[in-house]
Amino acid sequence: MKAGGTGVPVAPAFNLVFGERQPSRMMRFILRRTLQMIPTLLVVVLIIFVIFSVVPGSFISSLMSEGRNATNADVMAHLNQQFGLDKPLLVRLWDYLWGLAHFDLGISYRTREPVWNVIEPRLWPSIKLALAAMFFAALVGIPLGFVAALKPGSVIDTGTMMVAISGLSLPEFWFGLLLMYVFALQLGWLPSFGYNADSFQHLILPAIALGVSPMALLARTTRAGVLDVMNADFVRTARAKGVSEPRLVRSHVARNVLVLVLTTLGLQVGSLMGQAIVIEKLFSWPGIGSLLVDSVAARDIPVVQGAVIVIVLWFLVINMLVDVAYAAVDPRIKVT
Amino acid sequence: MTHKESEPVLSVRDLRIGIGKQNAILHGVSFDILPGETYGLVGESGSGKSITGLSVMGLLKRPLQVTGGSILFRGQELLTLNSRARRRLRGDRMAMVFQEPMTALNPLATVGRQIAEMFVIHRGLRWSQARTKAVEALENVRVPSPEERARSYPHQLSGGMRQRVMIAMALACRPDLLIADEPTTALDVTVQAGVLELIAELSQAEGTAVLLVSHDLGVIANMCRRVGVMDQGRLVEEQDTRALFERPLHPYTRGLLAARPRLGSRTLAQRGRLTELDEVVSSDERGRDQPTLVTPRVFSGATP
Ligand SMILES: Nc1ncnc2c1ncn2[C@@H]1O[C@H](COP(=O)(O)OP(=O)(O)OP(=O)(O)O)[C@@H](O)[C@H]1O
Ligand SMILES: [Mg+2]
Repeated sequence: MKAGGTGVPVAPAFNLVFGERQPSRMMRFILRRTLQMIPTLLVVVLIIFVIFSVVPGSFISSLMSEGRNATNADVMAHLNQQFGLDKPLLVRLWDYLWGLAHFDLGISYRTREPVWNVIEPRLWPSIKLALAAMFFAALVGIPLGFVAALKPGSVIDTGTMMVAISGLSLPEFWFGLLLMYVFALQLGWLPSFGYNADSFQHLILPAIALGVSPMALLARTTRAGVLDVMNADFVRTARAKGVSEPRLVRSHVARNVLVLVLTTLGLQVGSLMGQAIVIEKLFSWPGIGSLLVDSVAARDIPVVQGAVIVIVLWFLVINMLVDVAYAAVDPRIKVT
Repeated sequence: MTHKESEPVLSVRDLRIGIGKQNAILHGVSFDILPGETYGLVGESGSGKSITGLSVMGLLKRPLQVTGGSILFRGQELLTLNSRARRRLRGDRMAMVFQEPMTALNPLATVGRQIAEMFVIHRGLRWSQARTKAVEALENVRVPSPEERARSYPHQLSGGMRQRVMIAMALACRPDLLIADEPTTALDVTVQAGVLELIAELSQAEGTAVLLVSHDLGVIANMCRRVGVMDQGRLVEEQDTRALFERPLHPYTRGLLAARPRLGSRTLAQRGRLTELDEVVSSDERGRDQPTLVTPRVFSGATP
């Protein structure tokens, strides 16, 4: 059911999505929410700086653990100077923030490349994995929740909820291994690990492994939402109008449930990139998550910072999109 | 459409509702409503008024079910009708207005669309045509600037306005029977009068039979010529409204009337008022400036 697009003729497409809203209002909302991300990012950067000034070990000590001979005092001093590690923490923080303000994430200790050049090739695989996992979670979880709720107490309902509970309680690492074992090693249907930019097949197993717990959560939220909405007074009104059950679900219940599910969906998608760390390592997926793990191990702090910022940004942007979607779906929500 | 004018639109006989066969909640209720008549159903909370109305609509919720009796609607037995045929009647030939105007409308759809849906379902109109009809329906219930209101969402309307929308929706297909379950209980006294007047006027104009459920004797006195009194799942008395107020037969009814504050003076005042109310209901002069015509709630807090 689309909101009536009978408003301003200037932006019919916009009206189709946002109903009678003023386009400028929505743009202002997006702009304001974007600006609001800045303090959050500042806090994140601050936390990372504090953490890495507290944890033992540095890039240079990590070189040693890799068996390379970097113990020469001259070399160390040179490296420290080159990376600015000889400066006090506050100065380094200031330098970093100053760079950030110019979209400069610094230089990787390990590869000596700009951090952005290290992160950039990892972005698309990560986004692809997160989106694929979300699609899996939503396309399976939401319909499952609907089916379960519309036949409460049935075999489908109990079965679905059992699957949902196991999906939530299984460690995704273990589930990933299981998928790998069954579909790659035993059946040989899909590649067991690795990444291929042109191949969809490599995406399937990691996406399912990553998507299974949000899928389970969505199924449960949807089920609860449908049961909730089916008891609403306006559903009784619709029945009194003579609306058939399929039509009732389609044009009255579904949208109201979507509003309830949207929050869960947004939080899940937002945190997927961060959650992908384990799965990316397991499937040798060249995303932000595995980059983060490798960079932490190597104390390549500029890259760690860059990766965390990307993960946090993803979360913030997804949440903003969810709020925009809310405003599009629910006329009661004021966009100011 | 084939029923004779004198035949009741709705004829409920020995209607029984229970949870399973064991726990009876409604113990055999019988009443008739004639075409164009407004029949009142009073009784305190939990006496079974709402479930009576809902069972006529076929909208009883799961643990509750009809366990016996008969509901004849325009000569047709509803209880043996399949669910599809019953759904066709709902909204088209019989409609219902509920107590809670705040939650009874879908919050995510414009009121115009929700009214238009009636024409789409029952008249097979396309949405564009149905929308035009919906604006007309809003105009009929005196909603100011109906074009604009049709594009509003329920949360943008006041309680009284929403109840007008509900009435517009219920009467959209010109049903033979309107069940109004406490249509004004949730509204301000000043708004109540207008909404009741609207129901009275539209039902008179269309010859719609009305089952008016209320626990407000004042509302019943205003609206109905005949009234049934319910108590604990039974219809304990049925009379002409005036007779009921003058000579309540059943002890429970007497208690109901007596439950109002300052019995003597109030009853006299009620009598005096009743005679003039009959004309007043349809008069155009009655409105916001004379809210006193609707008496305040009588025994809302009473316990059995
Ligand atoms: N879902 C249900 N399960 C069990 N009992 C129910 C259910 N719904 C209603 N009842 C019982 O049915 C009886 C009649 O309820 P009903 O809603 O018809 O009362 P009412 O006369 O409309 O009261 P009110 O004035 O409060 O609206 C009540 O005693 C109530 O306990
Ligand atoms: Mg009731």
